[in-house]
Amino acid sequence: MHDECVCLEGPSGAGKTLLLRAIADLDLHQGRVYLDDIERNTISGSAWRRQVGLLPAESQWWRDTVGEHFEHTDHDLLDRLGFDNEVMTWQVSRLSSGERQRLALVRMLSLHPRVLLLDEPTASLDPDNVQRVEEVIKHYRNHQPAAVLWVSHDPQQIARVANRSLYINKGQLLPRPDSVCIS
Amino acid sequence: MHLVTLTPIDLVMAALLVALLAALSMRMQLGLAMEITIAAARTTVQLLLIGLILKALFANVSLLWIALIAFVMLMVAGHEVMTRQQRGLAGWWGFGVGTVSMFISSFSVTLLALVVIIGPDPWYTPQYAIPLLGMMLGNTMSGVTLGMDRLTQAAWQQRTIIEARLMLGQDWAQTIADIRRESMRVGMIPTINAMATAGLVSLPGMMTGQILAGSPPVEAVKYQILIMFLITACTGLGTVAAVWIGSRRLFDDRQRLRLDHLRVR
Repeated sequence: MHDECVCLEGPSGAGKTLLLRAIADLDLHQGRVYLDDIERNTISGSAWRRQVGLLPAESQWWRDTVGEHFEHTDHDLLDRLGFDNEVMTWQVSRLSSGERQRLALVRMLSLHPRVLLLDEPTASLDPDNVQRVEEVIKHYRNHQPAAVLWVSHDPQQIARVANRSLYINKGQLLPRPDSVCIS
Repeated sequence: MHLVTLTPIDLVMAALLVALLAALSMRMQLGLAMEITIAAARTTVQLLLIGLILKALFANVSLLWIALIAFVMLMVAGHEVMTRQQRGLAGWWGFGVGTVSMFISSFSVTLLALVVIIGPDPWYTPQYAIPLLGMMLGNTMSGVTLGMDRLTQAAWQQRTIIEARLMLGQDWAQTIADIRRESMRVGMIPTINAMATAGLVSLPGMMTGQILAGSPPVEAVKYQILIMFLITACTGLGTVAAVWIGSRRLFDDRQRLRLDHLRVR
């Protein structure tokens, strides 16, 4: 998977999230994972996860204001997702679930990971914001080489964003030859 | 002033008060009657035993025997720390983290107090060494228990947040820093409060005991100040050590959050 966008679909409980967590090295497992030629266990867990970013289906926030969760602010990214700079002073408790989800994406992308593991990143968004998120990820990939593993349940979205797609069921990964590939 | 010795009848009268409390608890269905009775019986037997042991020890001062008693005290304290936590570390770690932390803090502070500050001859004179170590261990035990209990509970409750921070490439120490700080604070607050209110709200037990035994109040006060400083340092050191080692144990060498290292409730 070299700078591709691969979509992953499968029934609930098939192991999609588990696969993303295993790649991000959050759970114990026996597989081997490489980024370019670097074997994961040769670098520290935190150094690995800086390059392999996982965006969970439900974002987490632990301080009062949005800005306290960011190491640095990417104004361009915020703008593309429909936020102005004021958003950094907003109270997390007053964010809608869609705002949280989009801001979590900004938070992850501003760390410039090489691999994006996206767990249903548009699940709680309206159609306009779904389009924004898809464009932001496309723009990100155009400006720096990045591989994307994208969990989605929407066949049209998969057709729009994926170079290829995989189907997972009961822990087994299968290719989907019938999927439409648009880069 | 000479010491008024207590007769068994005096103790029986005090015991009647506890029996009254147990009866009240039964009447109000608090479900504590049995616990009160057992705890009272334990106090009586344990204190009588230690009284006899100390009597024998004071008559034959031996470093070996003192070391043995100190070891038993440490093991019991380590066991108490483990059992009083709702969701402690699993396996030997649950016993080891508390015990090692209390050993580091209580033994070093007691040794310092005996050798450098009080200076009895010999330095291990049991009249000083055993009560000092007992007070250090007792208070450190409470601090370590509170700190470790908070650490493991909070890590469990905030596991999704800790993992979200790991996903952003933070290292284990960053993700647990808030919880660790709070746990250390919780462990130390009771002793700091005790220092702040000593003499105003309560007369500390050791000082009261010395005064009852006939010591001049100012001498008793000086000892109490020394003890409070030592207890605070000891509890702080023990809590910091236990929470630090315990928090590291919540993660593995790949810096994954490993809640399977906690005991199943």
